[in-house]
Amino acid sequence: MQEYDLIIIGGGPAGLAAAVSAKEQGIDSILILERDNQLGGILNQCIHNGFGLHTFKEELTGPEYSQRFIDKVIDLGIEYKLNTMVLDVNEDKQVTAVNSDDGILELKAKAIILAMGCRERPRGALNIPGARCAGIYTAGTAQKYVNVEGLMPGKVVVILGSGDIGLIMARRMTLEGANVKACVELMPHSSGLKRNIVQCLDDFNIPLKLSTTIINIHGHDRLCGVTIAQVDDNRKPIKGSEEYIACDTLLLSVGLLPENELSRKANVKLSKVTGGPLVDERMQTSIPGIFTCGNVLHVHDLVDNVTTESYTAGKNAADSIKGIYKTGKTVEVIATGGVRYTVPTTINPENIGNGIDVRFRVGEVHKAAYISVYFDDTREMHLKKKILTPGEMESVKLTKAVFDKYSDCTKITIKVEKE
Amino acid sequence: MYDVTIVGAGVIGCSIARELSKYNLNTCVIERSSDVASGTTKANSAIVHAGHDAKPGSMKGKLNAKGNAMFMDLSKELDFPFKRNGSLVLCFHKENMIDLNHLLKQGEENGVPDLVILSGDQVREMEPNVTDNCVGALYAPTGGIVCPYEMTIALAENANNNGVEFKFETEVKNIEKSSDHYVIKTNKDDIETKMIINAAGLFSGDINNMVSKNKINITPRRGEYVLFDRTIGDLIKKTIFQLPTKLGKGVLVTPTVDGNLLIGPNAIDLDDKSNLDTTREGIDDIVLKAQMSIQMPFPMNMVITSFSGNRSASDTDDFIIEEAKGAKNFINVAGIASPGLSSAPSIATMVVDIVTEKLVPNKNLNFNPIRKGIRKFREMSNEQRKEIIKEIPEYGTVVCRCETVTEGEIIDSIRRPLGARTLDGVKLRTRAGMGRCQSGFCSTRIVDILSKELNIPRTEVTKSGGNSILLTGKNKQSL
Repeated sequence: MQEYDLIIIGGGPAGLAAAVSAKEQGIDSILILERDNQLGGILNQCIHNGFGLHTFKEELTGPEYSQRFIDKVIDLGIEYKLNTMVLDVNEDKQVTAVNSDDGILELKAKAIILAMGCRERPRGALNIPGARCAGIYTAGTAQKYVNVEGLMPGKVVVILGSGDIGLIMARRMTLEGANVKACVELMPHSSGLKRNIVQCLDDFNIPLKLSTTIINIHGHDRLCGVTIAQVDDNRKPIKGSEEYIACDTLLLSVGLLPENELSRKANVKLSKVTGGPLVDERMQTSIPGIFTCGNVLHVHDLVDNVTTESYTAGKNAADSIKGIYKTGKTVEVIATGGVRYTVPTTINPENIGNGIDVRFRVGEVHKAAYISVYFDDTREMHLKKKILTPGEMESVKLTKAVFDKYSDCTKITIKVEKE
Repeated sequence: MYDVTIVGAGVIGCSIARELSKYNLNTCVIERSSDVASGTTKANSAIVHAGHDAKPGSMKGKLNAKGNAMFMDLSKELDFPFKRNGSLVLCFHKENMIDLNHLLKQGEENGVPDLVILSGDQVREMEPNVTDNCVGALYAPTGGIVCPYEMTIALAENANNNGVEFKFETEVKNIEKSSDHYVIKTNKDDIETKMIINAAGLFSGDINNMVSKNKINITPRRGEYVLFDRTIGDLIKKTIFQLPTKLGKGVLVTPTVDGNLLIGPNAIDLDDKSNLDTTREGIDDIVLKAQMSIQMPFPMNMVITSFSGNRSASDTDDFIIEEAKGAKNFINVAGIASPGLSSAPSIATMVVDIVTEKLVPNKNLNFNPIRKGIRKFREMSNEQRKEIIKEIPEYGTVVCRCETVTEGEIIDSIRRPLGARTLDGVKLRTRAGMGRCQSGFCSTRIVDILSKELNIPRTEVTKSGGNSILLTGKNKQSL
């Protein structure tokens, strides 16, 4: 059984940044395991720009952004294995993986970082009724065909869901010669970024139909159309509002799910809200020595946020290997009143340096509202926000000084307040 | 000239084909789809019924328990998944216990072994997640679960290996009677044959009506199902039926041989035989009914997919297995609705008895009963995995991450006899794409492999034959 200080599962933006960070903290024995045939993860198919505004202060494409980290990994001499699928991880931090060169790899690590990313919610999980014909793709699968393989999944397209990949694909498919008829969203608001709605739909006159869903799918061999309908406040289709749209392609952009099958094998406790692991201030899961970052933890809006979070995870995994961290009293972080979840869910103030960013998302759109942070029952922060939407990740910075002020505090509550 | 032509490559047609391959007969199977198991066989409850439901004396009553008893040997010879997990028919009201007794008597008359009536508490001891409302149940230890399409693929491969020819995408247009044989007109070549076995499932009425004055009417009866993730596959271990009442037949809850949990079906009569749509109302209805059997609420966030299948319901509500009136040497195997899958092995021997009586063939001395399935990486120990990767390096590349299917298995599924030609063909043979992501990640890879193995461009790869193309052209081609 080969031993490493740190094994990172996943060579996408999260895994790469965590590896670079741990290496910079002096950890030399690192192995990245990547199931695809190249490093970079999903960024490799995100050929649009807009990545890196925070991290590099410039606009990069997905492959450019990931290449910066791939170059660093190679410069720093960090070991990685491609086409390598992790089959098992356990609480003793043993990892079983497979590839065709090494066969079965049996490895052990002092620390593990889970960075497996997320997957798209498929049609089956939505139970959309209708035919099981060809021509129905998740937006990400279509993106891979178009952007990596240069092949079109169809000519006349309807998009269900207004997640960012769906919006991006509306523009991409249009530019590549398809006719995108509409983007249909069940909720009264989009789950994507505002800038994507403007740049990918509005600029191409693609209608965004809110509070609308697909109630039937038609076609025998290949898709020939969908029936859409408006929904009421309970998201039930409104009779009489049905409309048939002829199309040969349906793209689904209806949510991303953190991919935690391996976390489950290692008995890592998962959040019921995000589906990702519950973590403390060091990005450590419920299993000591197993850390996590990126979309496997919670789905991010911007890759820049993944990078920041993964640097933290990499540094903390390094500190854990070196044994330099504090144990002791922790403060619970509670998400309520419109805030769906927080990362982390517990904080030991002795491990946060000068402060910590607590990240979260809201469940619905709030205009002119406040983000409030309570230390026990005292409202310490009251931040005015013009708008809060589910599509964008929010964060609050809690400084060491505030923790010192409330040294007896046992719980921090974060919520949305009208005033 | 063929001795025997079987119309339909479902579980019935393929069972008969394999049974016929034990004789020196020139046999052919024709199928309108691009693959075996494309109709009712692909989407059903996947249950091997014990045999207590059918009326004694009916075809169903005679053949079900007999077929059930043949499954263990067959699954071993042909290497397909079958498990005798036992079944329970739940009773929810004391006053219906008498009906449970009636079912037991009926089962015994049909030759079902070891039936026993359990109290509600005994049931919950056996299956702790069964509802507290259950007052008793009929327990049938011989009830089983099977993978119907893997079984059919196995039967077809073995039949093919023993000399049976298969013609796909071959649709019967008409059948002409000659002096001592039939000429089957198809969308391709004419087929001359001494005998015809009509195992055309939903279309068996249409095929019969081409030659016989005694018309058969088959109604497609849709059944919808909901499939749950493996995470809750062990909610129950046995197949849980509900005692039929005035209000309906009830809905079953069962583990599948692949470890998922399946609930369904409802029963809706349709006009269109190829309509496999699922409906919101149908899905809601089966979830509501299935919930009656189980104490805890079904975790709807664990649903992987829903699907529907159409059973071939005959007007007599029984199997029709006989020579068609006024059509010598034309044998109907029609109206094979439930328990058709369970009866498939005994239906096959019954049909072969008819054929051998007519044609008096010699035994095929070269018949090899053994068929080996695709070696499944996910079921191997790490030692076995190391061995096979040394031998076949493609077994080291995982293509379908949800179901852990390797490139080696996918290549085997394409290269073996009657191999996969489509994305669905690969899926049925290997499970690639059947997991929780529903092929989101692996479909691009599988299209690549199919394109390479079949030596066709990726734009010609289909989901399931016909016009079900996946890719419409290159980028910017239509600008």
